[in-house]
Formats: sequence, C-alpha cells, structure tokens
Amino acid sequence: MPDLLLELFSEEIPARMQAGAARDLERLMVGALTDRGYLFEGIKAFASPRRLTLAIAGLPAKQNDVREELKGPKTDAPQAALDGFLKKTGLTRDQLKIEKTPKGDVYMAVVERKGRETPHVLAEIIPEVMAKLPWPKSMRWKPGLAVRWVRPLHSILATFDGELVPFSFAGVSSGLHTRGHRFLSEGKIEAKRFDDYAQKLKAAHVVLEAEERAAIIFDGVKQAAFVHGLEMIPDEGLLAEVSGLAEWPVVYIGTIQNEFMDVPAEILQTSMRTHQKYFSLRDPKTGKMANRFALVANMIAKDGGKEIVAGNERVLRARLSDAKFFWDEDRKHSLESRVEKLKGIVFHAKLGTQFERVQRIEKLAGEIAGKIGADVEKAKRAARLAKADLTTGVVGEFPELQGVMGRYYALHDKEDASVADAVRDHYKPVGPSDAVPANKVSIAAALADKLDALTSFFAAGEKPTGSGDPFALRRAALGVIRILLENKVRYALKLESDLLTFFADRLKVALKEKGIRHDLIDAVFSLGNEDDLVRLVARVEALQAFLKSEDGTNLLAGYKRAVNILKLEEKKDGKTFISEVSEKLLSEAAEKSLFAALSKARAAITVALGKEDFAAAMQQMASLRVPVDSFFEGVKVNADDKQVRENRLSLLASLRATLHQVADFSKIEG
Amino acid sequence: MAKARTFQDLILTLQNYWAAQGCLILQPYDDQMGAGTFHPATTLRALGPRPWNAAFVQPSRRPSDGRYGENPNRLQHYYQYQVILKPAPENVQELYLGSIRAIGLDPDLHDIRFVEDDWESPTLGAAGLGWEVWCDGMEITQFTYFQQVGGIECDPVCAEITYGLERLAMYVQDVEFVYDLKFNDQFRYGEVFHQNEQEFSAYNFERADTEILFRHFQDAEKQCRELLTGKKLPLPAYDQCIKASHAFNLLDARGVISVTERAAYIGRVRALAQACCEAWLQTPMGEYKPRFADKDAG
Repeated sequence: MPDLLLELFSEEIPARMQAGAARDLERLMVGALTDRGYLFEGIKAFASPRRLTLAIAGLPAKQNDVREELKGPKTDAPQAALDGFLKKTGLTRDQLKIEKTPKGDVYMAVVERKGRETPHVLAEIIPEVMAKLPWPKSMRWKPGLAVRWVRPLHSILATFDGELVPFSFAGVSSGLHTRGHRFLSEGKIEAKRFDDYAQKLKAAHVVLEAEERAAIIFDGVKQAAFVHGLEMIPDEGLLAEVSGLAEWPVVYIGTIQNEFMDVPAEILQTSMRTHQKYFSLRDPKTGKMANRFALVANMIAKDGGKEIVAGNERVLRARLSDAKFFWDEDRKHSLESRVEKLKGIVFHAKLGTQFERVQRIEKLAGEIAGKIGADVEKAKRAARLAKADLTTGVVGEFPELQGVMGRYYALHDKEDASVADAVRDHYKPVGPSDAVPANKVSIAAALADKLDALTSFFAAGEKPTGSGDPFALRRAALGVIRILLENKVRYALKLESDLLTFFADRLKVALKEKGIRHDLIDAVFSLGNEDDLVRLVARVEALQAFLKSEDGTNLLAGYKRAVNILKLEEKKDGKTFISEVSEKLLSEAAEKSLFAALSKARAAITVALGKEDFAAAMQQMASLRVPVDSFFEGVKVNADDKQVRENRLSLLASLRATLHQVADFSKIEG
Repeated sequence: MAKARTFQDLILTLQNYWAAQGCLILQPYDDQMGAGTFHPATTLRALGPRPWNAAFVQPSRRPSDGRYGENPNRLQHYYQYQVILKPAPENVQELYLGSIRAIGLDPDLHDIRFVEDDWESPTLGAAGLGWEVWCDGMEITQFTYFQQVGGIECDPVCAEITYGLERLAMYVQDVEFVYDLKFNDQFRYGEVFHQNEQEFSAYNFERADTEILFRHFQDAEKQCRELLTGKKLPLPAYDQCIKASHAFNLLDARGVISVTERAAYIGRVRALAQACCEAWLQTPMGEYKPRFADKDAG
C-alpha cells in the first residue's frame, strides 16, 4: 500500500521544541486520518533543527465508501420534521424507505458516501493540521497573514505514493524538494519516497532522527574522551539539547587552561553547560574533573576543526575568567559578613527580606534540632548561613549553584563540616529523584527552610492553586514528608488546619506509589490530632492490613450499618447519641456481650495507641467483629420501649466512638 | 575573504556590505540610549506598512555595565551595528551569513549556529522571536523577527540584526582584552576609550547627582506627554522618551531604585514609548492601517 512523506522545512527550530512538535504533528495527523475512517500500517515523526518530517506507511489510496442508515421521523409526524430530515440527508421524499417499528411507521434514509481519493483528503487535512500545531511560542512572518509557525517556513515536501500532494500553507506551496545541511550541502534535493529521502538527506549531511544524533554524540564524546584516558560525565538534558542544535553533529575535544583547574568543579561544569553547552569529562579512576571538554559542532570543518576548537577555547577562557574572578572575589568576604547584606534582598513583598527569613529559619532550626536530637547550635549556625551565598558573585551568575557554593565558602571560612554540609543540603530534596539529607544538622536546617516557606506563604494567603504553584510549595511539602519518613524522624508538625490538609494531600500523592490507600490517610488525618507523619503512616499501614483481613472487612460493614442507623435515628430525634450506655437497661445477651467487648476494647485501644502498638490496637478492633455481628443478628435496635431504644443507639454510638479512636471510619471507602 | 583587521575596518566592511544590499546607511542617533533598538529608525520605522531598510552604528550606553576600564569585555559605552529590514526578506539568514563572510569569518572553517533567543524590551513594549548567532560557541549577533513594538503588532514583520561590534572585533582580531583591539593601524581601542570608561564608571556609580536625574526623568516624562497632546509631535516626544529611559538607567546604576520601584519606572517608560508609537502611526510616515488587529489580538 502507498506511503505518505511530509517535510516542513523552516529556519532553525528551538532545540527544546523539536521533540514535542514531532509528537504533536504525529498525534494531529493520526487524529485527522482516523476521523476520516483511515487505517494505516505505521507512522513516524522526526525533528531536526530545520525540519519536521512525517512518514506514514500503508495508507490506502482511497477512503472507504461509507453506507449509513439514518432513522427519521415517524410517517405521521408534522411536515416540518420531514423537511428537516430531508435537508439533513440531502435526499428527496421518494428516496426514503418506510420501516415498521413497534411505535409505528418510521422514515429511513440510506446515505451512501463515496470514499474520496487519498491525495485530495491529504491536501485538505495537512494544512489544517499545520494550523493546529501547538508551538509553545510561534510567530507571524508573512505580510498581511495572521498564520504562525515557529520560525519562517520555507518549503513543504509532500508526496503520496511518490506523487505530489498539492496544497499550500502560509503562502508556501507544497513541492518535491528540500535542502540538506546549511553549510555542508548545496542546492535542492528532490525526494518522492521516504527511503530515498532519508538516504539523500544523509548524503547531504542531515541525520534525520534525534535519537540517532544523540547516539552519535554520545559515542563520539565517549570515544574522544577515551583517547585521552577520560570518560564523559553523563548529562541527559544536555545531550537532548545539543542533539537539537546540529543536523550533522561532530564532536571535538578542547582544553581548559590549567589556571582554572583550582576553581570548584561545579562552577566549571555549570559554566560550560549553561553558557557553552559543553560536556565535562573526568578521570575514571579518581572521579576528578579533567582539564578537557567535549563540544558538539554542526560542522566538519575544512581544517579538521582547528579553528573551531581554538575559537571555543577562547570563548571558554573568557567565560571561566569571569567565573574565577567571582570565585576569588567571593572568598574575600566571609559568609557571616554577608548575612547583613540579606537585608537588602527582598524575599517576597509580603514576607520581607531574606534577612528576616533567615532569622525565622534560624529560630525554627534550633527548635527542630532540639526535638530531633541534632546539635542545636550547629543547626542554628547552618540556618543563619544558609542563604548568605545569595549575595555572592558566583551564585548571582549561576543561581543553580546556591547551596553548593555556600558549602565551599563555609569551609573556606573554617565553619564546622556538618554546618557547611547543611548549608548545601538545606535545599534538598530538590526534586523527586534527589536524595534527602541524612545528617541531623542538615535535616533540621532543611525542615526549617521548607516549613518556614510553607507557613509563611500560607499565612500570607499565597497558597498554590490548581494551575499554579509559583513558590514550589508542593515540592516543599513533599520534601518535608520525604525527609521525615525516609529518615524516620519523629517530629510533630503543629500546623494550621489548612496547611495540614495540604500536607494530607501531598502525603496521599507520596504514598500512592507504595500502594497506600488515600482514603485511609484521610481517615487518620481527620482525627485532627495526628501531626507526626512517621506515626501516622505506621497507623495507616496497620489499618490497611487490618481492613484486608476478614475481620476487618466485616467490622467495617458492621460499622457502616451502625452509622447508617444512627444517622437516621439521630435525624428523627434531632439529637446526637453519645456513648453513655446504661448497663441496667441491657437485657439481651448479644447487647450485653457487645457492651462488655466495647468496654474492654476501648481501654485496650487507648493503651495500645499510647504505646504506638498499632498491631495491638487492630487486634482489639478485630475482637469486636463477633459481638458486633451477633448484635445485629439478634437485637432489634428500634425497640418499642423508648429508653431501651435510646440505650441501644447509645451502644452503637459507643461502637462508633471506639473505632474513631483509631481512625475516622466514615472516610473509609468500600 | 581577508579578515577585517581593525575595528574601523569591521565597521566599514559592514557598511559597504549592507549598502550593497540596498540599505540606507544612517548615522548614529544623537541621544544617549541603551541599544540600537531605541534609534527611531528602528523603534518607529518598525511600525506601519511602509518598507524600510536601514543600517547604522549606534553608540550604546549601559551605565551598570561600567567596570572602570578593568574588565576584559564589559563596557558602559560600546557600539552596536544595527540592520533593520522591513519586510524581512525571505533570504534574510543568507544575507546575514553573507555579512559574516564579508568580515572574514568563513563558515567552512567555523561552526555557525542559530540558537534560540527571543528578544524582548520591557521598556519599549517590544518583543520578537529569533536567535543569538554563535560562531564557535561565541555569541556574535542577535537576530530577531519583531512581532511587537510599543505594544503594537508589527505588520509586515521586520528583521533586526544586531552585531556587538567590540565582541565581534575581539573574535576576528583574536584579542582577549577589549582595550587591545586595533581601532586602526595607529590606535588601540584603549587609547580611544579607556579613560572614558574610567571617568564614566565613576560618574555612573558615584558622582551622578540622583536628585538631578530624578528631575530629568520627570521633566522628560512631562515634556513627552505634553508633546503628545493637541497637535501631536511624536518624533520630539520620542526623544524625551529616550532621555527618560537613560535617566532611569543611570538612577538604576546609582542603586537608588528598589526592586519594586524598578518595575514601576520601566512601566512609565513603556507607557511613553507606546504613546509615541501610537502617535507616530497617525503621521504620514507611519500611516497605519490595522489589518488583523481583531483576528490576531494577543
């Protein structure tokens, strides 16, 4: 079956947009074709700096004919209904059939639509798909035309079964031609089928597939590094980016001048990555950064790359001179002396300066340290110095090095090593894949930093919304949760109710992966007295295990039954029953035994919870199952005697209260 | 393809090259401004339907970038070479590469790349899409397709090409310290400008009288507004906008404008720029006919 080849050739597409654009092009074309009844064998989209390409294999030459039966109005319906139906189907009265149905005679229309030739369909849908392609940012370029593309579009190559598909978009008519590499090829290239196209492009120094370009770069850097006895420091983000900056990637190795090798590796690496998009290399034995870098050019230079390497080395020297200048200048002033300067930096209009923030964090870190058994003075010291590196030149230039630089400067100032580590690690975890700090001083500083942000922003009314979280408060809450749980740190959060709810939501997300049910987290959280996350999770886990057991399932059913009855009767009586049961009024064996079981369980659960022995608490609940079941089997709650009835309702209220010691069972689903 | 040996050779080569492409070769604007984009030949002429092709050197002042003549490449006064082409020709990238060849950078020996960089000027209410052009990892040019100036959509869209002349010259001459550049065969750049950098850095950071500057800002703002009421004079009004912008830059360098005030000042200059642009479009040279303002707003 025939194939489609489509190439949209433009000026340089931003690297960060290429993969998404290829995916969108594929998605929109699949949608447009399936909407028109097409099935095909395969589809693949490609993106490079100057082109988006789509290849579809096995696309039928003709759309399928469609035969549709449409049910119309009844034969005795008003004329207007029939007119409407005729208009809709494009048929005349004579062409309609009449069908007998149980409700009477109904008009039926048989509509046949001939499938169109595929090239006509393609000529119609490709411009529509192009107009819909959602570029993150796009531009106008044709005078008087509102049409947008990511950068000016120069040509469109479109063939079906080797023949031109004629259409135009933004004043560009489709054709059979494209161009190769900007500098390594000349003139137009004609292509009618994908294989031929891909082959000719390769000959014209264009590697169409991003994965292939990434592989060429990866292998190229690896091999070139190996020649120097080095290995590359992996950097997937950079690899993806540079794959989008070259149609014919060529790796060259350059040298970093020795005078820069005393500068911390993080500075060199960040400067090379962000400004120059170079890969850093290291010695595989020591892990130390090497004085070489790998650059990816889009060019096979006539001189073997001498000028390119020399040029890049020169640019890097200027870059690193700047960085080294900052590094040298920064160390002339201690972190301590920089704390004052934080008075001049606004943290947030409603929350004052960074200095005020640091004062809050310092106090909180001290409190936390005291409770988790960390060195209080060291935790306070770390918190005091935590933000001081924001005033340094290096962090001004490379904000992503905040913390990392703080540690270097703290060590230079001869601060305690655990303080220096905490200055670096108080930002952690930065993302879901980042490790949490394990050292207690760091834990105190990291918790203080995040909890201060959360309480301050919440108090200022700057809560995250469904669409936006500009201050990364979700990440902060998740960080607190991970630090506490992964280190099993016992710490009562003591939060306002809206923030506690926020934490409960984050906790559900965090524990979802572990298969912990969100309704159980709600059930424990809504007791309102639990703000030690380690204990809370232990309780939820025990509860989940209990509910999986037969006893648990039955007890939950019994609970639901009890609560349903209570709700109904409480509404009737207009009052809430509490667990004040009069023993005298108990007459039947089943209610007596439930009363006895509840009294025993209630006391035992209190003890077990006090000892945080959640397994024991669950066991106590399990012991209630039989008495609860027999109560419902043998006892009529709504007794004729008013006092007896109320006493039995109080007994159910007692069951409710007993179970609510462990969790709010009304929140539990199923 | 001999390399432009001196700073002035570089300028002359660009002048000749763009003159040959049919550009008007204009002279620098006689007001202090932060970038060539402020030249009315760019800001105002980018608007409206009339074709416009011009190239010029524009001395640019960024008071905060002063380093007392001690930084290898940072200057508070430097030169931009600006080309403005309206409408943007189909082959504008090729035209640009021709200029790179003309100054002696052979694309067969170098690695020339167009790397995403969308330019925007909050003070002018201007924005566009484009790239920074890299030569062997060095940013040598800013290349922008204007989409909006003074808050008004550009139609036709023009291409703006801005070369940072000192940086480009340092690359071509293989010099690491800007003051070592050969201005011509007789003079170094430092002999021409080093003392300027020292004196103006001291002025920008220490001596500029902030009270006077605040007054200048207000006066310029007031005069600009006055020139845009009654019989409108957008060109003199725009001069006042440029003056206000420079006064703001100096105040900023003196460190007397707080972070929150900063945004407000930028907003005030932008409001002036927008008003000037709108008034310009009512003049014979501006002759604006909104064509797709409704379809394409936002």
